[in-house]
Amino acid sequence: MNLMQKTKTKTKTEKDDQLTNKLLTSVKEMVQTCMQCGTCTASCPNAFAMDYTPRYLWRLVLMEKTDEIFHSKTFTLCSSCYYCTLRCPRGLELTDAMALLKQIAARQKLPQYKQSSLFYKNFMESVRRHGRVREMEFMTLYFITMKNPLVPLRFIPLGMKLMSKGKVSLGNPLKRSGALNAVFKKVEELEAGS
Amino acid sequence: MKYFYYPGCSLEGTAQEYNLSTETFMAAVGAELIEIEDWVCCGASAAAPTSHLLSLALPAINLAIAEKANAENQNGNLDILVPCSACYINLKRVEEVTRKDTALLNKINLVLEVEGHQLQGNIHVRHLLDVIVRDMGMEMFRERLKKPLDGISVAPYYGCQCLRPYRVFDDPEDPRSMEPILKAVGASVHSWNKGGQCCGASHTTTKPEVGLELVAAILKEAKGADAIVTVCPMCQMNLEAYQKKIAHKYQEDINITILYLPQLLCLAFGLSENKIGLDLNLSVTDQFREKIGLKQRKSSE
Ligand code: SF4
Ligand code: SF4
Repeated sequence: MNLMQKTKTKTKTEKDDQLTNKLLTSVKEMVQTCMQCGTCTASCPNAFAMDYTPRYLWRLVLMEKTDEIFHSKTFTLCSSCYYCTLRCPRGLELTDAMALLKQIAARQKLPQYKQSSLFYKNFMESVRRHGRVREMEFMTLYFITMKNPLVPLRFIPLGMKLMSKGKVSLGNPLKRSGALNAVFKKVEELEAGS
Repeated sequence: MKYFYYPGCSLEGTAQEYNLSTETFMAAVGAELIEIEDWVCCGASAAAPTSHLLSLALPAINLAIAEKANAENQNGNLDILVPCSACYINLKRVEEVTRKDTALLNKINLVLEVEGHQLQGNIHVRHLLDVIVRDMGMEMFRERLKKPLDGISVAPYYGCQCLRPYRVFDDPEDPRSMEPILKAVGASVHSWNKGGQCCGASHTTTKPEVGLELVAAILKEAKGADAIVTVCPMCQMNLEAYQKKIAHKYQEDINITILYLPQLLCLAFGLSENKIGLDLNLSVTDQFREKIGLKQRKSSE
């Protein structure tokens, strides 16, 4: 599957693909002048856990090796420390490029990225509903969507500890209600249209 | 000294003690905080992977509300103070990108319009540490010093996002800005090279096997210090909440007190521990309490 070669039509998924293609092209533009020096790899605290190094990932982006990029877990392991962005001799916005790859993966609903994208999605759902994150709701939503009974267990010790300290926010809702529906809708509209 | 205050979602929940100690600290040094009315979530690390425009629009709403308040009252041009590094970088990004890119500012404004907001792009966003380092002289700390932290060694932990990518108040490669402050309140500075290293951020929840590795590396380097101070709720949580797990995994004693910077400063000012929410911290050791002259707590855990 080469995402960049999908053709334009109007169905919901095709529209998604169009956006994905556009985003992937942006990533390529962002790393266009990469000279493969490896500074990003040497700076990355998560490189030890990655299958491809950041440097190699940028090479794959330039060569449009879509399959390899999204089957690698490299970009999912970026913790946004901004070391590579700070040090890249070409001044490339590498952390933002990683974020874009995450965004594409989330849109493509790739299985190996499921856990992180659900985490993000549920977080944003809580924001849309309330304007702020209500931690309890966000965790519950996350667990429900995961449908993986093993995952929530991992959170239990910490969750209990936090709850016993009264630290889990039940939320201070904003004065207005329906919080950010309109904002989220407008963003979608603009992103689809442009 | 007067600032708009953006606490952010963590400070309403898991990081209440950061909120409390920031307010207590600012009051102690005579600074006023005006909370941004009806502020909304900055999108944390979740908005950027979801949508670029949304990741800018959410923080922009807060900037627009503060700008409007600046324009309407006589406070002058107040900056926005943000204690959470993850919120800070999101709000700061909007300040930075809109200054350079008018087309993008206009696009953001198309979104803000639906909420009746408009952003000019003339307000400044500042991290709590930036405000402490650049707006407060060391004299201020010396004057208020009631309980000097003599004999206490503190490891300053900056984390990533108050240092990078925006180079504002410290060296993003070799941060040192907390050192004079720690010395001004009598503490000694634990010398280490982990101050600006990544704690793994949300990896501890989404990819624990990787996240814990990063946290362990930091805790190991802190050995010999009495406490680590942080300036971010995510760093704080990562460093304090997984100590037992890490000790077990690596068969090594890495138990250490983790405090927010304003908590430590307030202790040095002789302020009481309930004013800084110390009972909410997940890791304050008995040895630390003894050394700093606090009564031992009856252990409940
Ligand atoms: S540091 Fe920059 S130029 Fe060097 S390999 Fe990485 S992206 Fe390419
Ligand atoms: S920003 Fe991401 S990719 Fe870059 S060095 Fe940090 S963790 Fe690695």
